[in-house]
Amino acid sequence: MSTGTQDKPRRSAGGWLLIAMPFLWLMVFFLAPFFMVFKISFSEVAVAIPPYLPTFDLSDGLAGIKDAFSTFSFDNYIWLTEDDLYWKSYLSSVKIAAVSTLITLLVGYPVAYGMARSPKAWRPTLLMLIILPFWTSFLIRVYAWIGILKNEGLLNQFLLWTGLIDQPLIILNTNLAVYIGIVYSYLPFLVLPLYASLEKLDISLLEAASDLGCPPWKAFWKITLPLSIPGVIAGSFLVFIPAVGEFVIPDLLGGSNTLMIGKTLWVEFFSNRDWPVSSAVAVILLMILVIPIVLFQNQQQKAAEKQA
Amino acid sequence: MKSGPSWFNVTSLVLGFSFLYLPILLLVVFSFNESRLVTVWGGFSTKWYVELMKNQQLIDAAIITLKVAFLSASIATILGTMAALVLVRSGRFIGRSLFSGMIFAPLVMPEVILGLSLLLLFVAMDQARGFWTIILAHTTFTMCYVAVVVQSRLVGFDKSIEEAAEDLGCPPVRTFFLITLPIILPGVIAGWMLAFTLSLDDLVIASFTTGPGATTLPMKIYSQVRLGVTPEINAVCTILVALVTMGVIAASIATKRQQVQRERDERAAFGAAG
Repeated sequence: MSTGTQDKPRRSAGGWLLIAMPFLWLMVFFLAPFFMVFKISFSEVAVAIPPYLPTFDLSDGLAGIKDAFSTFSFDNYIWLTEDDLYWKSYLSSVKIAAVSTLITLLVGYPVAYGMARSPKAWRPTLLMLIILPFWTSFLIRVYAWIGILKNEGLLNQFLLWTGLIDQPLIILNTNLAVYIGIVYSYLPFLVLPLYASLEKLDISLLEAASDLGCPPWKAFWKITLPLSIPGVIAGSFLVFIPAVGEFVIPDLLGGSNTLMIGKTLWVEFFSNRDWPVSSAVAVILLMILVIPIVLFQNQQQKAAEKQA
Repeated sequence: MKSGPSWFNVTSLVLGFSFLYLPILLLVVFSFNESRLVTVWGGFSTKWYVELMKNQQLIDAAIITLKVAFLSASIATILGTMAALVLVRSGRFIGRSLFSGMIFAPLVMPEVILGLSLLLLFVAMDQARGFWTIILAHTTFTMCYVAVVVQSRLVGFDKSIEEAAEDLGCPPVRTFFLITLPIILPGVIAGWMLAFTLSLDDLVIASFTTGPGATTLPMKIYSQVRLGVTPEINAVCTILVALVTMGVIAASIATKRQQVQRERDERAAFGAAG
């Protein structure tokens, strides 16, 4: 019974250790790196290893930081506003992500709805089939579309064979291919939360509506859709936020005129080796995404608390 | 209305799942193509698989990738399970919302930001980049997925069993290993597998955090894909898809069997009590 008395203080040493380990890990490897990005974004590019000029050093103490602030360079940010490549990249990323989220929603809603209304015995298998693509490589799934969308690819071969077209459609290396790639890759992310909220829906509500003479489409509009909104929101965030910063899809499926900020950052970093500018690009991308990310977190937290 | 699924529902399911699976199916089919042209069928052949076995660079990359995935998934599972316990069990503490924020944010954070920020951290720490920095990076983002998966398992958990054990004088760590862990094990295993496959799959974060000598399979595939579609890549992809599919199916059968067993045990226990 000795443990009983040891437990008296609300949290034992073990309890604190349990909190401290994952907490510290995330502080060091998730939070601290953002400050590094922020810091380097004020630096200047240099021919050195690492390829930027030092900004400030915390070991100099407060005076050192003050000193550094006076030499802080906003050049990278000014550069971002002057060169319209960056503006256009941000705008076009947000646009591509928003449109793809909408298309994913239109494609995913009937699937999630069909799953939730399917016989109970089918559901575990259907759920498994939705989850399975999560586990298959993202890169592979994007790659698979190259062979389909190419000029001499399978889709064009099929359409030419059916006689629907007599000239191959140019899809690969256009924005259309990027839309297809995003919708395809992120569809399971949308279907899962949507299915979860549609499955919980009390079917007797719909039966009551139909008994009272409400046509099915109206019952859907008045009952099903409003009750599935939490799933719609969670799913849309899960598609929209990562899609804004997507790199692989615009790089492999998009063309040279497909502007997306993830790709711009990548090129800035790996091809131009301009670490300060790519850091500044990342800081602004983060600023654009911070509101949707916070909204998403709050919603997740609320959902988690409701479950508990 | 209750007479089975409507034609609309069946149609949307069929179309939706064909959309999801057709591209992968075509990829697998064309990995067995005799012709070098990926999109023109020239007869059945396994020659591209034979060719793969001779590609030492690709095999080396695969070995590095598997090692990274195994180690990072294992560390991430420990940290992620701890984080899930904190989220569900630890009640209020200072920094709790920061903590849960740091768990949920990486799930949606664009990979380019995660990769770049970790790289800059490693550079600032003067850390030589390579095998271990990829492991640190992968552990960081996959532990959040583990935490979310394990958390959902912990939420539906009957706490009174744990309390009973502690009332009987079982120390917390022992209670965890004897009672909590066996019950949440399916979640922990699913978390490990998710972490493993996410690590196996990652191109962007690995590209930022790697150094000389540590090229992973996705990096290798990516650099070849940029040069064009080849049957060899189809073959590599087919092997990966097959491995992952078998793993997931095996795991889900194991979980199901365990669930059935537990339900049977519970029924037996209640039967004995009644």
